[in-house]
Amino acid sequence: MIKRVTFKHKWLPYALLAPQLLITLVFFIWPASQALYYSVLQQDAFGLRVDFVAFDNFAYLFSDPTYLESFEITIMFSVSVALMSLSFALILAVMADRVIKGATAYKTLLIWPYAVAPAIAGVLWYFLFNPAVGINAWILRAWFGYDWNHTLNGTDAMLLIVIAAAWKQISYNFLFFLAGLQAIPRSLIEAAAIDGASPLKRFWTIVFPLLSPTTFFLVVVNIVYAFFDTFGTIHATTRGGPYGATNTLVYKVFNDGFIGLDLGGSAAQSVVLMVIVITLTVVQFRYIERRVEY
Amino acid sequence: MAELQISAVEKVYPNGFKAIHGIDLEVADGEFIVLVGPSGCGKSTLLRMIAGLETVTGGTIRIGDRIVNELEPADRDIAMVFQNYALYPHMSVYQNMAYGLRNRGFPKDQIEQRVQKAAGILQLDGLLDRRPRQLSGGQRQRVAMGRAIVREPSAFLFDEPLSNLDAKLRVQMRVEIKQLQRRLGTTSVYVTHDQIEAMTMADRLVVMNAGVAEQIGTPIELYDRPSSVFVGGFIGSPAMNFLAGQVDTDGRHLLLGNGARLALPADGAPAEPNRLVTIGVRPEHLAPAEDGPLRFEVELVEHLGADTLLYGEASAATGGGNGDKGGLVTVRLSGHHALAMGTVLGLTAEPAQLHLFDAATGRRL
Ligand SMILES: Nc1ncnc2c1ncn2[C@@H]1O[C@H](COP(=O)(O)OP(=O)(O)OP(=O)(O)O)[C@@H](O)[C@H]1O
Ligand SMILES: [Mg+2]
Repeated sequence: MIKRVTFKHKWLPYALLAPQLLITLVFFIWPASQALYYSVLQQDAFGLRVDFVAFDNFAYLFSDPTYLESFEITIMFSVSVALMSLSFALILAVMADRVIKGATAYKTLLIWPYAVAPAIAGVLWYFLFNPAVGINAWILRAWFGYDWNHTLNGTDAMLLIVIAAAWKQISYNFLFFLAGLQAIPRSLIEAAAIDGASPLKRFWTIVFPLLSPTTFFLVVVNIVYAFFDTFGTIHATTRGGPYGATNTLVYKVFNDGFIGLDLGGSAAQSVVLMVIVITLTVVQFRYIERRVEY
Repeated sequence: MAELQISAVEKVYPNGFKAIHGIDLEVADGEFIVLVGPSGCGKSTLLRMIAGLETVTGGTIRIGDRIVNELEPADRDIAMVFQNYALYPHMSVYQNMAYGLRNRGFPKDQIEQRVQKAAGILQLDGLLDRRPRQLSGGQRQRVAMGRAIVREPSAFLFDEPLSNLDAKLRVQMRVEIKQLQRRLGTTSVYVTHDQIEAMTMADRLVVMNAGVAEQIGTPIELYDRPSSVFVGGFIGSPAMNFLAGQVDTDGRHLLLGNGARLALPADGAPAEPNRLVTIGVRPEHLAPAEDGPLRFEVELVEHLGADTLLYGEASAATGGGNGDKGGLVTVRLSGHHALAMGTVLGLTAEPAQLHLFDAATGRRL
């Protein structure tokens, strides 16, 4: 039975929906349509003339090596963030699942980073890895002889934003993994133990496959997060640098549009991003609806 | 194949709850032992200690010639069938059965051969490629059995394996499990709270109550000579009738609280005059008799076909006594009896069919 709510007044449901609709309209539909509109226009350097150029902006984008490079950077960044945050979250969830005493305290503490704003997370790690004052940079130099410098070294910069972005996402993944783990019947693990599987083998042959629906869901969520929600993290730390080494697609939209003032090109990039996020969402819904088949 | 020896086994859970209060049990090679008792009496706890899924906090468990207290479940050479079957949902029936063999490094052809053999025995041949969710309850149950038998362990442990099945399938699977066990001759410990299942399957029964083994014996021993009020009430359906009373001053009769006087068995009755006792008598051992010492007023009749069950109040035929009624009594008559509510019958019981228990301790006298 599906519960149905009935309203006495015809206008009440609309009134209740209005704020949400308004927000969607103002912050999503409107900017999206603006992006679509600008993506087929070109403004001259002085902002005096606007020409309709159809798909020229897109054609230009995909022939621009810096854009293609940014694509690669973004994919590399997203995959690294997803891998890192998922694996740490899984390890933590497995450990928290076994804790009996004080489990709530662990869980609460592990969830905290999720409440930290992306930019703050970025700044936090920026200082930890600051070549001059950061403890992490100091440890790397003192113990491993590695001269960390994310303002000069592109790889270091990339690592920095990966760590900062992944750290924030671990909490979210942890919650889902923990819920997933707790949904696996104990008797399955016990049966596997009687069947002679070592704890590690039990994990890989029973637990991990049974977690796959959760994992799949989280992979998509994490990639979307790394693609779109990390602007603050990057802006507060590397600003896309050095030399574009951390210039992800989202950051490039901002860079080209608001710093480079190429509105048409930037809008075209937004449209590409929109297409990506729509695709990911569709993929996710289709699979989540059908659940991952065992 | 092995015998199983449980000596003074105790279990205290980490939260301080003592679930098992020292149980001794010797299971012979190939024997089918059923642990039965009400919910929460510690059946699963004991079974899981044998399996190695719970630590043993006192006493020793021996399988074959090894003390297994400290061994991992995998090293105890046992197989367990769980109440919810615990089949691996992401593996096919074949993989479910092969998993334990693979982990033990059996060669492929031997795995194949054993799984096929088990599938043949359990009529799972056509289903080996299916996933558990594509099977019926009975088939899942068989796969769980298959997973246990391919390993050819020295003991099977069952924890209420039939309680998720409907009544008809339960009877069928009960027979199948018992036949399979006979055929394989594997020592088995089977947990259930269903006393019919317990009576029909067991070579010997262990009736458990609040963490202790109240009585251990064959189903017939338990039925004929229950060692306590608890066992008497638990084994047999409908349950044994209990009446309060005391031994008469002559030591040859029982005086019920309701004033009725029943003869004691002539041979060596523990006739300590005036001793307070609880008298147990099974519904099938009460017979109508014109001049019976009990007066029975029928309050409810149940026609089961082969039997008729009468429920009602028993009191003394002669009147007198302290005037209280004897309490609710069930009578089981074989065949059909058209008895109206309110009918009054005289009832009698063979002295040999009376069970005497101490009124205070509930132990058999
Ligand atoms: N992990 C645990 N910690 C503390 N007490 C427990 C634990 N597991 C079981 N118990 C307690 O031990 C007692 C015996 O439990 P057990 O599961 O063995 O009962 P059971 O006889 O199998 O009952 P059922 O027929 O309901 O399955 C119960 O009182 C239960 O509450
Ligand atoms: Mg149980």
